[in-house]
Amino acid sequence: MIEFRFHGRGGQGAVTSAELLAQSAVADGKYAQAFPSFGPERRGAPVQAFARIHHGPIHTRSKVYEPDVVLVLDYSLTAIMDVAAGLKPDGLLVVSTSKTPEEVRKDTGYQGRIAVADGIGIAMEVIGRPINNITMLGALMKASSIVPMDILGELVVGRFGEKIGSKNIAAMKKAFEDTKILEAANG
Amino acid sequence: MGKRRGVESSIAMADAVAMCDVDAIAAYPITPQTHIVEHLSELVYNGELDAEFVPVESEHSAMSACCGMSAAGARTFTATSSQGLLLMNEIVHIVPAMRLPVVMAVANRAISAPISIWNDHGDLASVRDTGWLQIVAENGQECFDMMPLAFRVAEDKRVHLPIMVHFDGFIVSHMIEAIAYWEPEQVKEFLPPFEPQIRLDIHNPVAMGIVGVPEIYYETRLAQHQALLDSLKVIKEAFDDLERIVGRRYNVVETYNMDKAEIALVMMGSLSETAMSAVKAMKEKGIEVGIIRPRVWRPFPTEDFLAAVKNVKALGLVDRAFTFGGHSHPLATEIKSVLYGSPVQPKIAEFTLGIGGRDVKVEDIVGMYGSLVDMLEGKDVPRIQYVGVRE
Repeated sequence: MIEFRFHGRGGQGAVTSAELLAQSAVADGKYAQAFPSFGPERRGAPVQAFARIHHGPIHTRSKVYEPDVVLVLDYSLTAIMDVAAGLKPDGLLVVSTSKTPEEVRKDTGYQGRIAVADGIGIAMEVIGRPINNITMLGALMKASSIVPMDILGELVVGRFGEKIGSKNIAAMKKAFEDTKILEAANG
Repeated sequence: MGKRRGVESSIAMADAVAMCDVDAIAAYPITPQTHIVEHLSELVYNGELDAEFVPVESEHSAMSACCGMSAAGARTFTATSSQGLLLMNEIVHIVPAMRLPVVMAVANRAISAPISIWNDHGDLASVRDTGWLQIVAENGQECFDMMPLAFRVAEDKRVHLPIMVHFDGFIVSHMIEAIAYWEPEQVKEFLPPFEPQIRLDIHNPVAMGIVGVPEIYYETRLAQHQALLDSLKVIKEAFDDLERIVGRRYNVVETYNMDKAEIALVMMGSLSETAMSAVKAMKEKGIEVGIIRPRVWRPFPTEDFLAAVKNVKALGLVDRAFTFGGHSHPLATEIKSVLYGSPVQPKIAEFTLGIGGRDVKVEDIVGMYGSLVDMLEGKDVPRIQYVGVRE
């Protein structure tokens, strides 16, 4: 089973990306869960969302405490919280930033695998808005081919319509191309 | 069987209600139930569902409207949680007494105060004696499947009583998970049209819900009790038919790993999914333990429960609600009353956890199994343990 934690700020779409990831996995024949950190929703406040993907039925409904993958949509969160808390040493940290993966390692202290893409820069360029939740799924796909990109693309169009959906898919593909990966420090 | 799709359980539940061709919905939004009636109101507004949607000013009015619409012969649905269920309580008692087959989804949520929107079984416990059939679903698939089942059983002329389908707020209601929808023809085969045994009709006037003088009140209430007890047979028939048509097996009491286990926990709702991981963890330690989950809470399936527990030597009773000032909490009280005088006499330990949204980890459940092992080995174990409470 692969467990995910998404970090973002209210309004950035962290919950939506967790949902789309889980829905893609189910459409791909797997089992999945996606859920928000339950509680009041406030725009701009730090939010978390969770997902699980497994080849069979999932037998837990606890929160995710030791994720395999953490995806960070807003780099400013790394200054106020430990985004890598509980992340497995052999896991994956995907971060939206214009910094290098080496700088992210220094800022977060995470010694495992790190993938970065300038999600906001790409979203501004391709979509014209600083909404990078779908964009950053491209970086996730590059670092770990968890779900087929075409299935994810179909769900993105289904959710946002052809016009906005296709722009998001283009941004996701650009992030896929641009993603830089730093392997785990211990090899 | 339909292909699984990734969908929020609440949305799937609303889609299932729509597939049952519901005639009338009256509801007031309350977290965490809101998505169900929100989605139904969208389906009605978009013309995808031909039903009367009555937005009301309170839950008391919601259940009153459901009472009237059901009495007029409409297939009727509503949903609520926590304070909403409490506010409608007066009418909740009246609907089964009038033998009206309303179906209500209850996204289980803690009761105020302090205010909590999060999940536990406080609201479930509060409606035990209302006279409704009560099913407690484990996951999103079961939420979907229990909608056609609830309408079929409620409307069966041998039952003609309302049903609540409980499911855990947020933990299930807001979860995107893999759910297989039924095909429309499967719903049609499983669920016959609603044929009310008595209805409000201007051409054939009747009075319903009238005064019960001392000469008839007692008999009326006993008849209601008997009808509720007798509905268990109808639920079982419907489970058999559901398996035949959609291929999923449901039982009034569900068991997990009970063919080998002499140690078991009894629990209701989605907790049993997390408990399955604890069963696996115990197996890795070389200890066989199991889960017994009453899916049907009212009528309580006594015989089925006793059959499930027959080889158990150490039994843990897991509550997610309080009976303030009581000797035991609600589920434990029920189970101990079932076991009293029965040939099966396991050692018993009681647990409470998962209150007001307190997360339950696999380790918490492993810890409860550990207590049962200790008890079986003759060690002293507290009669009631409050698992996960901060001291």
